[in-house]
Formats: sequence, structure tokens, C-alpha cells
Amino acid sequence: MTSLLNRERPPVFCPGCAHEAVVRGLDQALEMLELPGNQVAIVSDIGCSGLFDTFFNTHAFHGLHGRALTYATGLKMARPDLKVIVVMGDGGLGIGGAHVLSSCRRNLDITLLILNNFNYGMTGGQCSATTPTTGKTSSGFLNELEAPLDICKVAVAAGAPYVDRTMATGRELADHLADAIRYPGFSLIDIWGLCPGRYTKRNRVTLAQMEEDIKKSSLTTGPVAANEREEYAAHYFRLAGSAPAASRPISVAVICEAPIRKRCDVLLLGSAGQYINTAGEILCLAGMSGGLHVSQKNDYPITVLRGHSIAEVVLDRQPIEYTGIGTPAVVVCVAAEGVARRKKVFATLSEESLVVKDGELSLPDTGARVIDIDFAGLKIRSSEQVLAALAVVAREGSLLTYEMLAAGLRHRYSGKMLDEALAVVNRLVT
Amino acid sequence: MIQSFIEGNEAIARGAVAAGCRFFAGYPITPATSIYQQMLQLLPPTGGVCMQGEDEIASIGFCLGASMAGLKAMTATSGPGISLYSEQISFAIGGEIPLVIVDVQRLGPSTGSATKGADGDIQFLRWGNSGGMPVIVLAPVDVRDCYLLTIQAFNLAERYLCPVFIASNKEIGMTRENIDLDTLTIPEPEVRKPCPADYSGRPFAPLPGEKVPPFLPMGGARLSRQTSSTHGEDGYISTDPAVIEAGILRMQEKLLSTVGDFTLYEYDGHAEDSILMVVYGVTARAAKTAVRQLREAGDKVALLILKTLYPVPEECIRQHLHGKTRVVVIEMNLGQYVREIERLAGNIPVRFYGRMNGELINSQDIVLKVRS
Repeated sequence: MTSLLNRERPPVFCPGCAHEAVVRGLDQALEMLELPGNQVAIVSDIGCSGLFDTFFNTHAFHGLHGRALTYATGLKMARPDLKVIVVMGDGGLGIGGAHVLSSCRRNLDITLLILNNFNYGMTGGQCSATTPTTGKTSSGFLNELEAPLDICKVAVAAGAPYVDRTMATGRELADHLADAIRYPGFSLIDIWGLCPGRYTKRNRVTLAQMEEDIKKSSLTTGPVAANEREEYAAHYFRLAGSAPAASRPISVAVICEAPIRKRCDVLLLGSAGQYINTAGEILCLAGMSGGLHVSQKNDYPITVLRGHSIAEVVLDRQPIEYTGIGTPAVVVCVAAEGVARRKKVFATLSEESLVVKDGELSLPDTGARVIDIDFAGLKIRSSEQVLAALAVVAREGSLLTYEMLAAGLRHRYSGKMLDEALAVVNRLVT
Repeated sequence: MIQSFIEGNEAIARGAVAAGCRFFAGYPITPATSIYQQMLQLLPPTGGVCMQGEDEIASIGFCLGASMAGLKAMTATSGPGISLYSEQISFAIGGEIPLVIVDVQRLGPSTGSATKGADGDIQFLRWGNSGGMPVIVLAPVDVRDCYLLTIQAFNLAERYLCPVFIASNKEIGMTRENIDLDTLTIPEPEVRKPCPADYSGRPFAPLPGEKVPPFLPMGGARLSRQTSSTHGEDGYISTDPAVIEAGILRMQEKLLSTVGDFTLYEYDGHAEDSILMVVYGVTARAAKTAVRQLREAGDKVALLILKTLYPVPEECIRQHLHGKTRVVVIEMNLGQYVREIERLAGNIPVRFYGRMNGELINSQDIVLKVRS
């Protein structure tokens, strides 16, 4: 194999910059792995390390600061056969921290090279997430206030199955890189180096001292046994392959003609756990069975197991335009929470509107015709009350018929649940 | 008549699959979450990819990566998420990466009201990219539009290599309606034009006489380059003002000069109408009722429902402004698209009516405003 370096675009880093050593090391690693350029994508972000992709004859994807891993993830999921190598600096590591952690957790087969030179070189030597508290940077005293990040420790804690740390200038860099790229999962390699343009101008750092520091960090490098597991893409496609086929949307045929002559707005007022939204759906399916156009909106608090639950349903012979509720033709009230939420509506109702309610509920003053149901006496459970109330509405016959309601139930339920629902309805219709 | 009963968000998901979407990534956020939930049902069983990003920035980033590999991709969010998308939206524009972005708008500002609708992001979608480049924004009115405009959005993204927004609204996304899916006239799904084998292979070089480069996928046999930085046709950073300007103007022109080809709208009017009502999104539904009521009372009113909001379909709007003596623009915000109408209306007075309290604007509100 030959070098994948782009002869027309040689590295342009400052003399002595560690990044140039990594360019050569990465090229040697790719040669060792005998990878042709079109099977490799180098994904980079902003900063001096972001120049990386231009030096190679590979696919190249250069994006926003810290986001390289996000592009690499989508690319790798779309093309699992591609070798995806991400290059970022300690700046990208800091700003894209959430993506680094998630990549460790995800274990997609991507190799992340962190070109760690302890400061933001391109913007003028400001402190980064890895700057030692003793370092001198153009951020004044600010780096003294924040502990430097040991990304290798963090990566292990976050579930990375392969973690390594090495010197940019080390002779064995290419071997480190080849091993990381070869690893069939997420591999992170923290590569320490000098930034002659900025950091080493202000700080007395030597390569020997850096090597000593790496040794002192006593990191176990290579595969992290406790974190090794199935690679994400393989795992995804294995589980996706056995995922059940998605269901088609329900198909509702017209079986009869609905009794309504004009648009009817309906409010179902209840509380959490009373299947109000389901009842709204059944009412719509019933309406569709009667040849009507329908719309439904639900209103409930984010704490879904407590508080009001309201369904707003519109039934019309014409296509529905405005989907809000005007003056409802029918209001079903099965819990105080729902009634309280819409208490203003009752005063607007005339005798043309029908209210069907739990006999034990008290309502605000209303001019509507009110039918009380003795749920307690009939021993109808809270969860069945709204359906029972719809049965009473069907019995009255102006909004929907029994036939429509039964059709709505058959679209929504089957088996024992259908039998139970029909039983509730039948008790109130007959 | 066989009808289904689905919400706007489900229609968007099903429309996406019908358009050939193979990749979705999103982050849960009301009122857009059910798009993600639907895609999770629809994509994996057929070998497609559906992912939940660690945040919105990651989710749209995944989509950019997948799209550059050649997959049709979509993401969906709401106000706080579209805010986080911003830097990646700019990248999709500058890098000419096809992507469908759904914004199921909720009442803002900021985290606002998760379960209340609004059309408050309209100018944000237009201008929420650094550099201010043009974008395509489509606005559905109902469940049917959610299905069909999503297919259109994919086609436009593929045709022009750009992000395409669907400006939905909680009031459409989370409202269920009857729809006959089988009788819809489905636009033929389009795919991006591949780079011919004998062509340069410079990833941002259009074929002679064209404004959109042929697509060179990442991972293909020939090397591809993508960059968020200002670049020449070869995909390498350029500092040459002539190269920069040529690229920028080409990206502007590929949309501004072609908007006539994808101006989607409905017009209901007569030659003698003197009032033009301009609406989009869910508000169009109440406007239809209002127009009928106004006409019954003798008002000469026409209704223009815009479904392509950006690039502003100026020719279409001018054509319908012609001969009118007054214009009323109604929006579920404090006045955003009205600015576009005002600049096109010339001497015709433009009146705005809008509201941002989470409630739908109804026909009585509109009738009163037109009469006042």
C-alpha cells in the first residue's frame, strides 16, 4: 500500500507542532492497515486539528466545533463498512463533551483521536478543558479555577471499550493508532503534544516531562474488559431485524349515515385514568363509521397519572375547518377535574346542548339539557364511565347511533376488551 | 370511502417513509415527540435507522452524516430544539446537505408552553442560520398537507441539496383527523442527481448550465469532501473573494430563481374581490370559514393560503395582490410573515391580526378584523 497523504496539500502547521507528527503517524497506521482512501472517512471539526482532513486522500467531512462525532455517528450508521476516524482537539473535546460521553456509551465502531495540546491554539492560546491549573494561558487566571479533565478516566467511566493515551512524538504512535482503528468498537486515543505557537511559548513543558506525566497517570491502555460489548451498529441492525413490522393506520368504512345535520363540537371532561382520550378516539371512529369528518385534540397535564383529562372532538358532514371547540353540542362530565378546567363553557350552553354527567357531580349553572347517570348505583367503574356516558348520548340519538358507537368500539378493541366495552354500552342503551 | 384516523405528526412520519426516508434522528420534545415515536415504529423493521441523539445538536448532526452517505434523512423538534439546531442548519445550507427538518411549533418564547400551539418560529426558520442564506420553508394546514408536503420537502431537499423546513404547529401535529390515504395523489419521489462517472468529481461543481452540484456520496468509490467552511468547488477552504462569491451566489440563486417551480398555495377568489386575506398553517382553516361568512354578508374577499413560505413566492403573491384594495394578514404570532406581504403590497394597505396566547384564532375573530 502507499501513503494516503495528499501531496498537493502538505501540512501547514507551525514548525514543531505535534499535529504534524500525528498526520504522519495516522498515514503510517492507514498504510499498515492497508486501507484504500475510499474506505476511510476522516471527520474533523474546528481548530488546528480541523485542518487534518485536507492532508489526506480519503473521504473528508469537516464540520462545526465539537460536533465531529455527531456527523461520524450518522455516517457510520449509514455506511457501517466505512472506517470512520474522528480528529478533534482538546477544544472540541470540551465543547463537544456530551457527544464524547455518548459515543463512549454507544460503542459505534469509530476511532476518536484527541489532539491534546492543552490550549486553544487557533484562537490565541486560551485555556481548554485539559489545561493544568498551573498552566499559563491567554485566559489569565481562569484556568487556575477549573480542574483539568482526564478524558481517559472519564471515557472508561462512560463505557468506552477502548481507551489509550500516548505521545504525538512517540515512535510507536502509528502502532497505537493502528490498534485503535483496528478495534471493532469505539476507541478513544488521547494524544499529547506541544503547541509551539501558543502553549509552549508561555509554559516550560518538555516532551520528557509529558511522557513522565503519562506514565504517572498509570492508565491501563487498550481494550477495557469491563466495557467490551457488542458494537452499536451490529447490535442495532440485529435488533431492528427482529422488530415487528409497523402497523398500518386503521381503516374505517362507512356503514351507516350519522344523524347529525350540522357540525357538532363535543367535550369529554374527566380525569387521568378514565380513558378520556380513548373515548374521544372511539367517538371519532364512530363518527367516521357514520360517514362524518372528525377531529380530536386532547388536553392533559404533563403528569399523566394525575389531574384533568379532556378530549375535544368535532364531528361534521363537511371537512372540518376550525378544530377548536365553539359552543359544544354535547358535553360529557365524568370527573370534577375536567369540569373545573372548562367551567366557563357551561354558562354558554342553551337547551340545544346536551350535558351527560355523573349524577354525583355538581356543575356550574347551565341552560343545557342535563342527563344524570347514577354511576354508583349502576356500579360502573370510573374507567368505564365515559363510555357509559357515550352510550347515553347514543341512546338520545341526535349525535350518534348505537350502530356507530358499536362500530367505533370494534375498531378500537377486540376480544375480551371489546366484549366488556359492548357490555357497558348495552347496559345503558337498552 | 375508507378513512384512517391519524394526527399530523404521524402523517409526517408516514409521508417521510413514502418519500424514501431511511434515516431519522431526534430528541424527545413536546409537541414533536410523536414523529420520533412513529419513525421508531416505521424505520427499523425495514432496515432503516432511527436514533435518539444525546441532544438536538447531535440528532441533526447524525442526520447530516447519514445524508452525506446518500440516505434521505429527517429530524423533528420544536422551539427550544430548533434553537439548538441553528449551527447545524447553517452547515446544511453551506455544505449543501439534503435534510428535512420538521418544526412542530409551540408557544414561545424559550421553553414557552410545551402543549400550546403557535406559528412563532416563522422568521426564525428563515433567518436562524449564520450568513442569512435563503432556505425553503413549507407550512402544512392539516393532516393531509403533513403527508403530502413532507414528500414535497424530501423532493426539494434532494433536488436542491439543501435543508427544507416543515413549519408545523402543535395544533396540526397533535390533532387527529380522518384522512383517506389511499386516494392521495402522491408526488413521485425524487433522488439527488449522482455525479456522472466522467465528471470532475469536484464535490461542489455543478454540471454546465446547472446550479446544483451532482451528489458525490461520502463512502463512494470516488473521494468526496464536505466542509462547513467557505470553500471552492473542490471542497477545500478558499480565501479567494471571486471563488467565495461565486459559491454564495450560486447557493442563493439555486433557490431564488426556482421558487416558481415549487410555489405551493391555494387561492379562492373572484375577479371582483377587493380584499385579499393571506394566511398559512392552521390559521388557514378558520380563515376558510371566515371567508364563507364574509361572502354570505356580501364582502368581496379572496383567500390566499401559502404553503411555500420561503423563499417568498413573490410572483404568486404579487399576482393575487393585483386589483385588491386592502390586504389582511392573519398569523398565530405577533406579526412575522406580514413583513413579506407589506414589502410586496406597495400602496395597498396591509392590516395584521395575530395572537399568541396558545388559542387558535377562530373565524369570528377574523370576520371582526376584516370588518373593522
